[in-house]
Amino acid sequence: MQIFHRSTNTISRATIFGAVFVIAALFWAMAEIQRSPYVTYEGVVKPQPVAFSHQHHVTGLGIDCRYCHTSVEDSNFAGIPPTKTCMNCHAQIWTNAALLEPVRESYRTDKSLQWTRVNQLPDYVYFDHSIHINKGVGCNTCHGQVDRMPLMYQYASLQMEWCLNCHRAPEKHLRPRDQVFNMEYQQPVAGNPALVDGQSFTDQDSLGLFLVKKYKLRTERDITSCSTCHR
Amino acid sequence: MLSFRRLTAFVLMALLWLGGCRLDMQVQPRLNPLAKSDFYPDQRSARSPVEGTVARGDLREDTYFYSGKIGNNPGDYMPFPVNQDVMLRGRERFNIYCAPCHSRLGDGNGTIAQRGFRRPPSFHIERLRKAPLGYFFDVMTNGFGAMPDYASQISARDRWSIVAYIRALQLSQNASSAEIPAGQKMPSAMPEQRSGLDSGATPPARAPSSKDKNTEQRK
Ligand code: HEC
Ligand code: HEC
Ligand code: HEC
Ligand code: HEC
Ligand code: HEC
Ligand code: HEC
Repeated sequence: MQIFHRSTNTISRATIFGAVFVIAALFWAMAEIQRSPYVTYEGVVKPQPVAFSHQHHVTGLGIDCRYCHTSVEDSNFAGIPPTKTCMNCHAQIWTNAALLEPVRESYRTDKSLQWTRVNQLPDYVYFDHSIHINKGVGCNTCHGQVDRMPLMYQYASLQMEWCLNCHRAPEKHLRPRDQVFNMEYQQPVAGNPALVDGQSFTDQDSLGLFLVKKYKLRTERDITSCSTCHR
Repeated sequence: MLSFRRLTAFVLMALLWLGGCRLDMQVQPRLNPLAKSDFYPDQRSARSPVEGTVARGDLREDTYFYSGKIGNNPGDYMPFPVNQDVMLRGRERFNIYCAPCHSRLGDGNGTIAQRGFRRPPSFHIERLRKAPLGYFFDVMTNGFGAMPDYASQISARDRWSIVAYIRALQLSQNASSAEIPAGQKMPSAMPEQRSGLDSGATPPARAPSSKDKNTEQRK
């Protein structure tokens, strides 16, 4: 006796065939979700005790990153400024603004301002600012145009894939060390060359390779080995 | 059909996978810099050392190096020899920490002063041109009147480098054309942004005309 109609043969074949696509689509969706801001917090603004504007202080007033992030050149931690640093100026500027009351209160009572972390790697990853700064990776390569951020957000995904993309070919991103803090730095082109050690470079390839030598970068194998970041 | 054994193996594997949901490695029992601590009443994980602690290598035997003073009076010499590196370092640090108020020229017309901060005196007035080197160091270390101190933001050696640079700035602003070495020309305009901006600070907003020119060149 025939329980199933003939057509089920075709249907079952089609289902098996279709399942491949369904499973592939599932994997694709998972990979996409894994890379989406929902998981990485890319581009997400977090609530802060004071609406501190980098745009205002960096572009508007021309303050250098290191005025506040003092340890970024010589330690793994960039440093978040203590209340005293804000009070250097705000002891006299905007002294009545309600916006700044938490800063003044923190200064009066000696209680810390509790900033919310924006960029945060898991504890099993080792990251060091000083080496990136000293080998010519600019702040905005990783943090984006901070000077145009009224409120701070995370610019890159900070996933392993992202770190490795650069560690595999750092020469694509290197710039002269004295330009690291320059938020308006543009990679050199024919009409706008970069000058290093008296030499003029008109494209990123030649500049990058020159800087790799000049700053004595280690080999790709060294800086992509697992123990560089997971130690 | 799945055998019972295979099924158990599969379930066990799945259970092992679940272990990945724990965050023990993400959030390890250690304190990251400036993280919040639940142990201390003030919630600071970064503790300040007990009063009177002397860190290794920080005995400060060389009192002149750390105070700029001999006895109670500011001294007038550099505690270490000045060379090109010291000068460049001084210029860089000056542009980061002092220029917001004192301006890159040291004339006291920085952006913060323009926004209503008390206007600092120009470094090029008679009194400050005659001031001994140690005096500038002391102002940076302890503050002066309305000016905050910079001891926690700038290391002692960098503060001395700034002193050397300020003196050079004072000399340069009052130099006569006879003092310029033969063959060198005084630039009459600001140097080109890209090559001239050695402090790396975000450059001041460019005049629209020059900006347009630059973007044009980049295309
Ligand atoms: C006037 C002081 C000041 C200056 C100048 C300054 N910052 Fe900040 N920065 C802060 C403060 C305060 C925070 C913490 C609040 C926040 O995240 O918005 C911060 C946060 C950040 C963060 C996010 C930190 C986190 O939680 O992950 C980055 C990245 C950053 N700054 C980069 C820069 C760069 C790049 C520059 C130079 C172009 C710069 N900052 C200049 C004060 C400053
Ligand atoms: C070098 C001087 C300086 C420092 C340091 C500084 N500020 Fe400011 N800030 C200013 C000035 C000047 C203004 C007003 C700008 C204006 O009038 O255009 C301002 C404005 C502000 C405002 C309100 C204006 C706005 O739109 O954002 C906030 C909030 C603020 N600052 C927070 C902070 C915090 C928090 C810190 C410490 C991390 C800090 N500032 C450090 C100079 C400074
Ligand atoms: C190679 C990429 C990279 C560069 C270049 C870089 N940062 Fe970061 N920054 C990060 C990462 C990743 C974190 C998160 C670190 C963590 O969670 O431990 C971070 C965190 C920070 C923080 C929060 C405090 C901290 O140290 O964890 C500040 C402030 C900051 N960066 C400022 C800067 C400034 C200023 C510069 C330029 C001088 C800069 N960064 C250059 C990748 C970078
Ligand atoms: C834009 C380029 C770039 C990105 C993005 C980047 N790095 Fe790097 N990283 C470098 C360069 C260049 C070096 C220097 C290599 C050398 O010295 O040979 C370096 C070195 C390092 C080192 C070696 C430090 C040491 O002392 O040995 C660590 C650790 C590191 N990076 C971690 C990270 C992590 C973690 C991330 C991602 C969150 C990251 N980096 C993202 C460019 C980058
Ligand atoms: C350039 C730095 C770097 C190197 C080199 C590196 N990793 Fe990672 N790894 C990271 C970062 C950053 C993360 C955190 C990613 C995140 O938060 O999503 C990570 C996460 C991981 C995770 C956890 C993934 C997850 O989603 O939980 C594993 C497993 C891992 N790495 C294994 C490795 C292995 C194996 C190697 C060597 C082949 C390696 N890593 C080399 C930076 C690095
Ligand atoms: C927040 C703004 C600000 C910054 C930044 C600043 N100063 Fe001042 N400075 C002042 C003001 C205001 C005065 C005038 C103080 C007074 O007369 O009460 C002053 C005065 C001085 C004086 C003259 C003292 C006198 O005898 O008249 C010196 C020298 C000086 N500053 C050096 C420095 C150096 C060096 C730096 C960088 C490390 C610096 N300042 C950074 C605001 C600032």
